[in-house]
Amino acid sequence: MVPIPYYLLLAAALFCMGMFGVMVRRNALVVFMCVELMLNAANLTFLAFARMHGDVIGHVSAFFVIAVAASEAAIGLAIVIAVFRSRGSVLVEDLRTMKH
Amino acid sequence: MNIELILFGAFALLTLLSAGTVIFARSPINSAMALVSTFFFLAGLYVLLWAHTVAILQVMVYAGAIMVLFLFVIMLLNLGESPTRGKPTLARIVGGAATVGLLVVLGIVLLKLPGGAPPTMSAAAQASFGTMATLGQTIFTQWLLPFEAVSLLLLVAMVGAVVVAKSRI
Repeated sequence: MVPIPYYLLLAAALFCMGMFGVMVRRNALVVFMCVELMLNAANLTFLAFARMHGDVIGHVSAFFVIAVAASEAAIGLAIVIAVFRSRGSVLVEDLRTMKH
Repeated sequence: MNIELILFGAFALLTLLSAGTVIFARSPINSAMALVSTFFFLAGLYVLLWAHTVAILQVMVYAGAIMVLFLFVIMLLNLGESPTRGKPTLARIVGGAATVGLLVVLGIVLLKLPGGAPPTMSAAAQASFGTMATLGQTIFTQWLLPFEAVSLLLLVAMVGAVVVAKSRI
């Protein structure tokens, strides 16, 4: 039996790695991949708590998170394609129209 | 030593290694492939947590569908390796430091949780926990409205993706 806090610590580490990638990487596609890492960390937390309480609601939450991640990936990648078509770049530093 | 603990350690280590590869790989293709392996190792962790259905969904939806979409977009845009490393601007340094701080705070909080092994279930509860039948029964009785809302969300996302990505309609 693995203690539940081990899973939670792993999920926290995974979340922080995803957040680090979102902060540091320049390529918008890699930023999206790091968002997926963060969503997976949330899933791992849900499942660990579901196992801890013996309740299947955590699995339902993970299912919904996967569905939301799928729609997020579809919309996000469509936006990346549209931006690449109009600007010719997917680096987030080049997209500063709304900054000024 | 417990076999479950050994499996957990192996999967956890491999997950963190491939997640690190996702972040630090030069080319987006390498990041995507590392992300696929991250999802596979996470599915192994989900099986250790008795979430078989979610593990199957993880492999089919994440490692299958979503990553194919990512790879398709990367190849469509024909991105090479990033020419230069980004300069460490102030915002990135502050962001990295904030992430490390968050990790430390989360670790301190989680270590204060009541530890020990998860509670044992009865044999009947253990046999049905996390199976497709149990999950389906829960979704279609208590969570029917959110389930339908999610199907609507997927439809809207699909239409929206086509509208945004298509140049001329």
